[in-house]
Amino acid sequence: MLCDESLSTVLHIDLSKKSFRTERRPELFEKYLGGAGVAIQLLHENCPKDCDPLGPENPIILAVGPLTALFPLGSKTVAMFKSPHTGNLGESHCGGRSAVALRMAGYGGIVIEGVSETPIYVAVHGNKVYFRDASSIWGLGGIVTGQILREAEAGTGFRTIMRIGPAGERLVSYACVTTETYRHFGRLGLGAVFGSKKLKSVVISGQQSLQVTDQKLYREIYEEIYENAVTSPLMKKYHDLGTAENILPLNELGGLPTRNLQEARLAQAANISGEYFAEHYLGRRLACSHCPVGCIHIAALREPDSVKPYFYKTSMISYDYEPMYALGSMLGGSDAKGLMRLMDQVEALGLDAMSTGVILAWATEAQEKGNISEKETLGLALGWGNYHAYLKAVRFIVEQPNHFYRALAQGVDRASSLYGGRDFALAMGGNEMPGYHTGPASHLGVLIGARHSHLDNAGYSVDQKILAKNLVSPRELAEALLMEEHWRQILSSLVVCFFAREIYKKDVVARALQLSGFSLDPEELIGIGKEIHREKYRFKEREGFSLGQLRIPKRILETPTLVEGWDENYLIKVMESVKEMMAS
Amino acid sequence: MKLIIIDSERCVGCQSCMFACARRHHEAGLAKSCIFVHSSGGMERGFNLVVCRACDDPPCPKVCPTGALRRARRGGGVRLDLEKCHGCGNCRTTCLLKAIFWNSEINKPMICSHCGYCAKFCPHGVIAALKEEEKLEYAL
Repeated sequence: MLCDESLSTVLHIDLSKKSFRTERRPELFEKYLGGAGVAIQLLHENCPKDCDPLGPENPIILAVGPLTALFPLGSKTVAMFKSPHTGNLGESHCGGRSAVALRMAGYGGIVIEGVSETPIYVAVHGNKVYFRDASSIWGLGGIVTGQILREAEAGTGFRTIMRIGPAGERLVSYACVTTETYRHFGRLGLGAVFGSKKLKSVVISGQQSLQVTDQKLYREIYEEIYENAVTSPLMKKYHDLGTAENILPLNELGGLPTRNLQEARLAQAANISGEYFAEHYLGRRLACSHCPVGCIHIAALREPDSVKPYFYKTSMISYDYEPMYALGSMLGGSDAKGLMRLMDQVEALGLDAMSTGVILAWATEAQEKGNISEKETLGLALGWGNYHAYLKAVRFIVEQPNHFYRALAQGVDRASSLYGGRDFALAMGGNEMPGYHTGPASHLGVLIGARHSHLDNAGYSVDQKILAKNLVSPRELAEALLMEEHWRQILSSLVVCFFAREIYKKDVVARALQLSGFSLDPEELIGIGKEIHREKYRFKEREGFSLGQLRIPKRILETPTLVEGWDENYLIKVMESVKEMMAS
Repeated sequence: MKLIIIDSERCVGCQSCMFACARRHHEAGLAKSCIFVHSSGGMERGFNLVVCRACDDPPCPKVCPTGALRRARRGGGVRLDLEKCHGCGNCRTTCLLKAIFWNSEINKPMICSHCGYCAKFCPHGVIAALKEEEKLEYAL
């Protein structure tokens, strides 16, 4: 029995009719907790089979969970939708103030349906929902849009401002949704789904109280978790250098994808490392709501104006490992300033940084190999590390002035199917690869992961911790990856940040859940995790996904990794094992 | 005890202090918090901390028509006598810092009592609870 009614309240917003209603769904939250578990059910209910991801029938589901706004690091919102990028399950997670604002507004989930004829944004302030004209901000970048909506809307400090940039408006299939300037629903194209609905932004604010079963116990468990979060050595890496800390160790291991994964080490990696950024550019640290860690690192880049003497601008640019890999090493870039300018441009346009980097890397190699020429690139020479050209190319991707850039705007799978270069088109399940070339598990994890993300099951960690010592059997690897993915369904249903996974162990989760009225033992939690995962695969299969049909880009087999002795056959066997285990 | 702001430039905007204050009031959520953190116009510009700064000569008791607010005898800040308070809101209007929060359930003010509980949950030492005799360096 849930003790806080608001958790199981789902807000339905219809953009076609400009109407809204709320629905109480306690049975859904009691069974699936919240977040990913509830979102996949709402997706099954609201997303018709074979619908057009950019059509009015594709819903946007946002969900938080029982730990949101109650415990530290309960800071993430889960979005689900049918992805315009892969044509299949779209799932993306975002922090900022999104999760706390959604729960404090009095909801556990929001379903946005329909399409508006003209640009619109929706403001949800507690139990009030407003449909507002967005004609005057349509076309603006994500950063400026945020500045304008901050002034226009109420709820400062208690709100999230989710918005898209030009990439989402122009339906780039990997456009992101940005919140609080620096956090994103990054992957799989939620931005394009917003754009297809003419939805520029969703603002949510609220400030309510939550009910817990026992105030005294709540304070006790809270203090224990908080203490762990701020003192655990496991969290240290996130707060000191931030995720950018990974650049040097991965480079050392030979796992940092470089020049479209032609190599896995960048000679000048030190110039784009977390250490270098901290020393020269780190200008501010930020946190998501209710996260004491503060992993968000912002670089201050001071540059002279290009025309006016004695004018300077200081850009505040968020950096993290993944954009530094994708827009740095993957492009053979070792010029920190060039990298920051490109990250800033990608931010303003509202593109997913990872997909963008991998696509530009493919295009660079395709031009090098003669698949395309300056005729296609409209005069750009996309050489490794040529940020001048990349800055122009990302604008072309959004503007789509010709057939080639229209293809790039749909991802590397699409572009390589039209222009060749399949072997070095680095997408798994249609999603561009993350920054890990540590061994077979890093790639398998993304291939079999329900949302084709490195965070689905952290295969890169299995490579380093297990396979580097001993290449286990395909069945054992399949088991390890699935077990991790099952547990992560629970974390993303609570919803806690994956960075806190070492703090939220099974027994801690079970105790924290008691405060919301759940009585589940750790083993039951694992059962729920398995079921959520199965429900995601049910959606994927409904939409035509098959593990047996996944394309394995040749390049991942050619560039050596830390783990030795594996080949394409090994990957196929692991996928077959996963298939068998899913069927049983 | 007195709550002081050591350096708001260190604030990462996590709002752990706000949640702590609510728990101190036997609440979960954010409805009952006497400290507030918001961005200074975009997070890249840093954060403003809104909380009672325990003025030496506080203006809020001077505008209280019922004598419900008085300067605390010990420690910092002011004390509110809920029984005397009519909920007129004069104190809220007069506080330049906007540090007088409102309990809309009972229609009366909520003001930091300088208990220092929130400071225990500030991960970066932005705020601190000072004992009477203590001195600390803080940013002006």
